[in-house]
Amino acid sequence: MSLTIIKAGILDTIQDLGRYGYGSSGINPGGAMDRYAARVANILVGNIAEEAVIEIHFPGLQILFEQNALVAITGADFGPVFNDQPVCLWQPVLIRRNTILQFLHWKQGVRCYLAVHGGFALNKWLNSYSTNLKAGAGGWNGRRLERGDSLNFGESSIYYAGLLAPGIDVKPLPWKAAIQGIYDKPNEVAFVTGNEWEILDAASKYTLLNEPYVIQSLSDRMGYHLKGTSLQVTDRRELLSSGVSFGTLQLLPNGQLIALMADHQTTGGYPRVAHIISAHLPKIAQLRPGDAIRFVMTDLAHAERLNCMQQQELKIMTRACNCNLNNMIC
Amino acid sequence: MDDKYTIFALGDSAATIELSKVIDESLNNKVLAMQKWFEQKQFTGLKDVIIGYSSLTVLFDPFQVCITYSNTGSAYDWIQKKLELAYQEASANCTVDKKINHIPVCYDKEFGVDLDYISRAKDLSVAAIIELHMSTMYRVYMLGFLPGFAYMGELPPRLIVPRKENPIPVSEGSVGIASNQTGIYPLSSPGGWQIIGRTPVKLFDAKTSYPTKLKAGDEVKFYEISREEFLAWKED
Repeated sequence: MSLTIIKAGILDTIQDLGRYGYGSSGINPGGAMDRYAARVANILVGNIAEEAVIEIHFPGLQILFEQNALVAITGADFGPVFNDQPVCLWQPVLIRRNTILQFLHWKQGVRCYLAVHGGFALNKWLNSYSTNLKAGAGGWNGRRLERGDSLNFGESSIYYAGLLAPGIDVKPLPWKAAIQGIYDKPNEVAFVTGNEWEILDAASKYTLLNEPYVIQSLSDRMGYHLKGTSLQVTDRRELLSSGVSFGTLQLLPNGQLIALMADHQTTGGYPRVAHIISAHLPKIAQLRPGDAIRFVMTDLAHAERLNCMQQQELKIMTRACNCNLNNMIC
Repeated sequence: MDDKYTIFALGDSAATIELSKVIDESLNNKVLAMQKWFEQKQFTGLKDVIIGYSSLTVLFDPFQVCITYSNTGSAYDWIQKKLELAYQEASANCTVDKKINHIPVCYDKEFGVDLDYISRAKDLSVAAIIELHMSTMYRVYMLGFLPGFAYMGELPPRLIVPRKENPIPVSEGSVGIASNQTGIYPLSSPGGWQIIGRTPVKLFDAKTSYPTKLKAGDEVKFYEISREEFLAWKED
């Protein structure tokens, strides 16, 4: 066994970038809530972006590593320590077997990601490692990780962890991901208007763009319930169910909004008043109940541009990390 | 059929072509044909296609689409053109392979917890409700809400009931009706449909290679089984 969970956290699951291709069967994509952090964790340890990671909430799990490993932790800051040594987020770390990972205190964010070079030796379900808790399938036996669960790392032809110097159990490698403003202005979230934007009355459009919307405690991986001034519509007609996506803002009959998140259902019938831009999904994934969102409107061209910039930076980061890792073993 | 549709973006990574705001069998056939069209094309950056009653939604990676195909620098422009092309080229008349499913239901009140409510609301005997439910060959219009949850229509008009104001826990296999549709809950879940019975058949099984039993375009007919048959049911 490569690692064993010695203490369960509140919600720790195997995720990747989502399960696509089965939407017309009602099988929702799921996947990491903060896809940017999940991808960077994989990039830092020399994995492909789509490799399985562990998504960790706070209070987090405790893991005993039974094999040397190259790991990285990204996303929320829960004060990770290997044995007693604190490590930085967004940085690859070599660790020796018999090291214990714990998360000592919440500092910021809602979910962090642990990637290991080689990934995890798991079977995909319908082409993905993501855990579908509702269906009880995918990831680790379709459920959250519990105490006693033991996972193996995936096969890899490169054994970075063999580079640990004797006597050193925890060795951060000398580079960090430059996360380039992804999480800047954390409460400012941009959207593109949806097909049902026009059914909002003028006062409601103004409200949505000028007043805060507070994330409610009912929020979870399926969606964030937002509380704010009730929004009114000029047209109460019922809509036929049709496809929705991660970031869709639905208007509920009570005038409140729900932001669809990673575990959203494939279809919905509520008015789609707006859609949060992809580039801002990572930062909203790190907002928690009690946090307020201030929406700003943007257009599709700008949304695409921001997304493209993020993707291009990730490509550059991938090349740089792979180069650094290669240099280590040459 | 009029050449009428609207295409709109769902943010930067999804777009929908909407044929109508009403449920219509021939429009749904057109939607299924368009889904097949996309399935055959296998475009780079296309992640998924979601069938709706009268709409099709495509999920895509705008960066992949943009760098692979776009002349204008916009992924949405390209997607929009492809949706228009799918509409033009996909024929609703081509045979969409469909299955006729006969689904056993135990309409015992132990399972059909809302039968009495419907009986009062529609001034129908429970026996009449059951007969009406079984009398129709339903069409599966789309799947959504849960893995394998099929929206089937249309119910005989005398059975049309509103959904519940607030969802309550519903057991796996529960057969429900709401508005002019009927459906089966493949998993235990909160649900708002009026429950009239339960099927021992699995509508979703993660262990099989085709985990969902029903698909859009299929036909479904319900038939009654006794409580004893329900309890003794074994899947082939």
